Amino acid sequence: MSQPLISAPASGGLPNPVPTGPVRLTINGETQTLQLAPWTSLLDALREYAHLTGTKKGCDHGQCGACTVLVNGRRINSCLTLAVMHEDDDITTIEGLGTPENLSPLQQAFVDHDAFQCGYCTPGQICSAQGLLNEGHAHSEAEIKELMSGNLCRCGAYVGILDAVKEVVDKQ
Amino acid sequence: MYPFTYSRATDVADAVRDKAGHDGSAYIGGGTNLIDLMKMNVEQPAHLVNVAKLALSKIEELPDGGLRLGATATNSDTAWNEQVKARYPLLNQAILAGASPQLRNVATNGGNLMQRTRCYYFYDLATPCNKREPGSGCSAIGGFNRVCGILGTSEACIATHPSDMCVALAALAPTVRVSGPKGERTIAFEDFHRLPGDQPEFDNTLAEGELITSLDLPEKGFAKHFAYLKLRDRHSYAFALVSVAVGLEMDGDTITDARLALGGVAHKPWRDLSAEQLLKGQPATAETFGRVAAHVVADAVGRGSNDFKIELARRAIVRALKQAAEGKQEAGDMYLGGQ
Repeated sequence: MSQPLISAPASGGLPNPVPTGPVRLTINGETQTLQLAPWTSLLDALREYAHLTGTKKGCDHGQCGACTVLVNGRRINSCLTLAVMHEDDDITTIEGLGTPENLSPLQQAFVDHDAFQCGYCTPGQICSAQGLLNEGHAHSEAEIKELMSGNLCRCGAYVGILDAVKEVVDKQ
Repeated sequence: MYPFTYSRATDVADAVRDKAGHDGSAYIGGGTNLIDLMKMNVEQPAHLVNVAKLALSKIEELPDGGLRLGATATNSDTAWNEQVKARYPLLNQAILAGASPQLRNVATNGGNLMQRTRCYYFYDLATPCNKREPGSGCSAIGGFNRVCGILGTSEACIATHPSDMCVALAALAPTVRVSGPKGERTIAFEDFHRLPGDQPEFDNTLAEGELITSLDLPEKGFAKHFAYLKLRDRHSYAFALVSVAVGLEMDGDTITDARLALGGVAHKPWRDLSAEQLLKGQPATAETFGRVAAHVVADAVGRGSNDFKIELARRAIVRALKQAAEGKQEAGDMYLGGQ
């Protein structure tokens, strides 16, 4: 049998308001149960319910990459997936990659190469670059550019971003 | 987004039963297109049946020498699968030409077939669109139609199918396996998507409640002579204005078998069987390629701002045929332009 999170009433139609249900999410190694509506995106669950605001909402349509997080080590757009779809998954946000005292290699490289200006796209850029490292398909600059194309930077810090990612790729 | 209820199916039969039990329900796989359309209120399902974690994610060899691509295998896993890279490099290149790494990590093979058009008016609830609201009219005809189709269009709809993966599939001709309330059946890929005619609200020939379970590729993969050429407004992460998938078999300089399909030009991935016949037995020369390309676009109709696509498609076909004949494109870890 399927496992309904929230069942429609037998009479048909939706109750108003639709009740929320418990959703168990493992974020940065910590499992917590949040009360969520089925339509809450993973992005909104992270920001508004788990209060991890490092992940940014840019376009909310999968076009800018600001909301990129890692799910089971793979980068995805958290705005285009529902939180209820990730109960068995291991979610990593920018908060889980490093700490201010102990930056991850990518975080340090972004600082060293001045790979941002306003910084709004940076958490998504770094999570995406971590996904790129995990995938292991990018080596040359052309390959890094192609495989980072899902992340936009309106300040135009691409030169620094490329240098930062290239430095960490080269050290692998 | 409108409210909806949600459940997670445990197996295919459960998914089919659950969907049949809920009016206005939809399957959700990766959801990268569906959730976006729900945010825009273009799609308003009352109930979602999550099929993303069904045991349909395997990529496995078939007894007939073909390869089965599970419906819930992600686009990334499919593109980077060693069998796909070695035997169907055309598919590898087409998948990696589409979307972004983040989207390909979530988007499923079944979902790729189910993508809706990116015609501006389909997304714009303030304007008429026969695909979104049957009978309301087509705003793209006489409107902004730069991205719209030039082949097989109708007076009701000139939208295009947005997929890259499906253009390669059209050339490779897999069988689509589906399960539904009336049991299992198979659909030839050529028959899966449809032309708009006077019912553009139907993108494909799936019956109510049917769920894609796999794409079964035949043995022939055109691994030596192939090309995927995608032309777009920016170098990466953009939909095709025109794309071309070619698979050839060669005996010396003579073409012995050919597949040719276009993307970005029609309501469905546009495979041209008559052009394939014209290529067979012919020398791989500029003259042959030019003649075949002219044949493909002979009946093309521009609607103003997309007129350029006719000449763009003609030239892209010539270039892709030349690239395939030369056999220089290889499977890879990404698509870098097919140059």
